[in-house]
Amino acid sequence: MIDRLQELREEALQELEKASSVKDIDEVRVKYLGKKGPITEVLRGMGKLSAEERPKVGQLANEVREDIQAKVEEKTEEMEAAALEAQLASERIDVTLPGREVKRGARHPLTAVIEEIEDIFIGLGFQVTEGPEVETDYYNFEALNLPPDHPARDMQDSFYVTDDMLLRTQTSPVQARTMEKHNGVGPVKIICPGKVYRRDDDDATHSHQFMQIEGLYVDKGVRMSDLKGILNTFVKNYFGAERNIRLRPSFFPFTEPSVEVDVSCGICAGEGCRVCKQSGWIEVLGAGMVHPRVLEMSGFDAKEYSGFAFGMGVERFALLKYGIDDIRHFYTNDIRFLDQFKRV
Amino acid sequence: MLVSYEWLKEYVEIGDLTPEEVAEKLTRGGVEVDVIIPRSEGLDHVVVGYVEECQQHPNADKLNICQVNTGEETAQIICGAPNVAAGQRVAVAKPGARLPGGIKIKKAKLRGERSEGMICSLQELGIEQKLVTKEFIDGIYVFPEEAKVGEDAVEQLGLRDTVLELDLTPNRADCLSMIGVAYEMAALLDREVRHPGNDFHESEEAASDVVSVHIDVPEDNPYYGAHVIKNVTIKPSPMWIQNRLTAAGIRPINNVVDITNYVLLEYGQPLHAFDLHRFGSNQIVVRRAENGEKITTLDDEVRTLTEDHMVITNGTEPTALAGVMGGAFSEVQNDTTTILLEAAYFTPSRVRKASKDLGLRSESSIRFEKGIDSGRVEEAAERAVSLLEKYADGVVLKGKVHEDYRPKEHRTITTTSERLNQILGTDLKADEMLSIFRRLRLEAKTETEDRLVVNIPSRRPDLEIEEDLSEEVARLYGYDRIPVTLPEGITTPGSLTPVQKKRRKVRRYLEASGLHEAITYSLTSKKKTQQFLLNDVSGTVEVSLPMSEERSTMRTSLIPHLLDAVQYNQNRQMNDTAVFELGSVFIGEEGELTRQPEEKTMLGAAISGTWEVQLWQGEKTETDFYVVKGIIEGLFEELQFSHALSFTPSKKGELHPGRSADILFNDRNIGFIGQVHPRTAKEWGLKETYVFQLDLDLLLTEETNTLSYEPLPRYPSIARDIALVVNKDIPAAEVKEVIENAGGTLLKNVTLFDLYEGEKLEAGKKSLAFSLVYLDPERTLTDEEVTKTHENVLVDLKEKLDVELRR
Ligand SMILES: [Zn+2]
Repeated sequence: MIDRLQELREEALQELEKASSVKDIDEVRVKYLGKKGPITEVLRGMGKLSAEERPKVGQLANEVREDIQAKVEEKTEEMEAAALEAQLASERIDVTLPGREVKRGARHPLTAVIEEIEDIFIGLGFQVTEGPEVETDYYNFEALNLPPDHPARDMQDSFYVTDDMLLRTQTSPVQARTMEKHNGVGPVKIICPGKVYRRDDDDATHSHQFMQIEGLYVDKGVRMSDLKGILNTFVKNYFGAERNIRLRPSFFPFTEPSVEVDVSCGICAGEGCRVCKQSGWIEVLGAGMVHPRVLEMSGFDAKEYSGFAFGMGVERFALLKYGIDDIRHFYTNDIRFLDQFKRV
Repeated sequence: MLVSYEWLKEYVEIGDLTPEEVAEKLTRGGVEVDVIIPRSEGLDHVVVGYVEECQQHPNADKLNICQVNTGEETAQIICGAPNVAAGQRVAVAKPGARLPGGIKIKKAKLRGERSEGMICSLQELGIEQKLVTKEFIDGIYVFPEEAKVGEDAVEQLGLRDTVLELDLTPNRADCLSMIGVAYEMAALLDREVRHPGNDFHESEEAASDVVSVHIDVPEDNPYYGAHVIKNVTIKPSPMWIQNRLTAAGIRPINNVVDITNYVLLEYGQPLHAFDLHRFGSNQIVVRRAENGEKITTLDDEVRTLTEDHMVITNGTEPTALAGVMGGAFSEVQNDTTTILLEAAYFTPSRVRKASKDLGLRSESSIRFEKGIDSGRVEEAAERAVSLLEKYADGVVLKGKVHEDYRPKEHRTITTTSERLNQILGTDLKADEMLSIFRRLRLEAKTETEDRLVVNIPSRRPDLEIEEDLSEEVARLYGYDRIPVTLPEGITTPGSLTPVQKKRRKVRRYLEASGLHEAITYSLTSKKKTQQFLLNDVSGTVEVSLPMSEERSTMRTSLIPHLLDAVQYNQNRQMNDTAVFELGSVFIGEEGELTRQPEEKTMLGAAISGTWEVQLWQGEKTETDFYVVKGIIEGLFEELQFSHALSFTPSKKGELHPGRSADILFNDRNIGFIGQVHPRTAKEWGLKETYVFQLDLDLLLTEETNTLSYEPLPRYPSIARDIALVVNKDIPAAEVKEVIENAGGTLLKNVTLFDLYEGEKLEAGKKSLAFSLVYLDPERTLTDEEVTKTHENVLVDLKEKLDVELRR
């Protein structure tokens, strides 16, 4: 009996070894371990054995079962692993094929510039204010210290729609309107982005429509040095911490003193190159201390309050930031142009 | 203003600075030098030569063979200029010279004859055609007798010089003169200014014996003076005057005209020389013109004047347009012997008016308009008189005739050093400020309590208030030295308004949805203001004197220019375009505008071509109505307005009648969506294109509830799907609405998941399949309850819309 069991174990293990599918294994398992299998049969004859032999045979029979069962499991695992292996192999894809494209649009570069600048000034405590594009002569010129006969009106030939209404030539009228609303009580800290219009023929550097951002800070005791501080902070935020500003005297009717603000050239770090026309500096802003007449006209007491104002061309900032060579690109809306600003 | 470096040296010591350094100083000081122009870079080996002989070339009619003494030798030069002749002093470019046009001079043979150089015209030496005297414009230049043979011709012509082109701001009219620039330079360098001499002899006869002057309107003309110079000879002015005029961009004419121009440049004082014999009377009367009065100006144009303009007259007819241009008949000519020299101060606004109305600008009007130095009129006149005596051989009559209404008081500005420091954020002592004012030649003194009193000379009319003085202090002290501080007042948080935030949200959503932001022009054609309107517009906003019809009217819709953008891209093989724009449209009034037009912020979009493509997977979605509608639905969800959005068929003429809808927000029309009508698309040359436009002002000013969390369901929901057979013309939204109403509170969600139209159905029918989800948040629903409600739904559908279940 013991021999028989040993024999059966050998046979079963050999058959299992030969098995080439899960089905084969299962057949072998049923054949040897099933209720009608030879081991059960052997055990049925146990009654004939002596009381001494019985446990030995029983134990062996269990061992044989366990061995076969273990082999079955081992073999099944092997098979399943192989099957999985085969499945994975058959499921292999070309990972170098392109992924499904996620459709994305893009921000207009001028919007990107405006929002970036807005965010910097919001961080400095400014509000963003807006106003009408068709303005009255009063707000566009007179309230900004440009009476009808002022020679500086020549600097900006404008589109009039009636005798005293025009397409605004600057966004400063928003400043005048906002100051009026404050009824002579500061502080006023605003930036005004928006479209402006001037009678210019469109070419690579001129556009009859363009965008400006003007800023205003009015409070008690505001100094020119504060203007320097705010613009310095802005320029370092926008262009980079290594950039510096330089002020040059200039003239604007609504500020006194007035300055042009240059930023050190980012290409040559001030050494002089083609971009900065060998000067090491690039003109980016106009600014100055708000003219007392402008303060007074807008309801502020110029003895108590002072302030500064500044203005910048959005196109110019975009040209500098992205190295664009023609201002008309901003308004042609060529998809190949716009698409490049997905990354901003 | 063109400033010759060599000329400027005459008034202020700048010899130790290069022209580039002078330019840098001026620019940093507030007088911007736009361009630095070297007048003759690398122009050498050009000398004054004497033409000893001049014979016709044996083999060429138009060429001459000249023997030219160049000081060291006599060279044979072939010259083709018509005006070459023996006995002339000419500019000879010797072999080795390189002329500004790039020509390199070499020994050569011309038609068999050797030529050892070139006799030059002024143009060939780099002088602009428009600055060359008429006499020499078509030929070579001939030096006057005074030129020494063998000398450097470039030097003789004043070309060893650099010109600085100033870009002056309107307040710095004082720098429209050499002396003005010299004052500026002297202040920047802390040096002295030298005025030119103006000595002359006067005859016994007095000017007042010959002529009188009367000013009719002193406000327009506070000062008018005239000198009389007799026995003048009209001839070319000396070379140095001609050279300086050329450097400043003014063509030499003759000695008298050149001298008035020279003094104009030197002092910034416009002068006018009349021929007294042609003047027509012995009285000068300055008055307003009469309406319709005519004058023929120096340029031979007949000008019709109005009473806004001012004229110089001989008592009867105008002889000059005051401050702008002289009249033709009293002009100085070659036979002129007696000159009436006008030196006046006309008010800026009066001259500006005439110059603007008549479209006539001159060196004179430019200066009067911006304000000349009223205190230097006489000095400038005397300078011109002294030059006329010297270079026109004139006899100067004693004294002058004049009327003078100029204010005698000088302006003073009183301030304190504390105030100026407060404006600038500096900490300068009164002494330092006084020193700056001294450099600027502004007389200043301190009074008690730190008070500064500054006298403003007439040459600086731009200095009016304390702030102007602070600017003078700042620019001379140096902006670089002003400290960098931050404001010390109340700090305030910066932020965007809710509308601005939502506007950014709209942009972000559309970008993420695959649309590119476009920005188009606000000015458009009249025709384009009549298309794609959200509502009828009461009127349009038109600009007076538009630059073109295409840019004549403010837009009333964003769509036309977006379609232009689609077309632009299609014309460049970019067929898949999806653009949006956020911008204003402008609504005027019927008839003339009486108030500012209404400006509405719109959101517009135009989408054409393939919407989505996965190339190698072979999947492709073409843009259709539902793609665009989905974008709008998503936008409303983003803004939390889904519940208030609905669509209803639209009747807009520019849209496809079967594929367009009005967009309703709380049942109010706020936009449209649809396929561009094939007829309209054809006009534009567009492929199938879809558009939408929304009134963003209405949408973004609507209050939004703050987003609050809805508890997750604790009980299971039960879903029932139904397929319905519906009459084709019943919109799906109507079916859905009936379902929702009948389903009551238990019905949580209704989703359309299938649409079928085809032969399996009776004609005129379509099948719609909906998935209905029932849920009670408080308990588990039973099947019976759901079945009961569901049956109500089916009954209502049958009763209200004659809808059957699909078998
Ligand atoms: Zn550079």
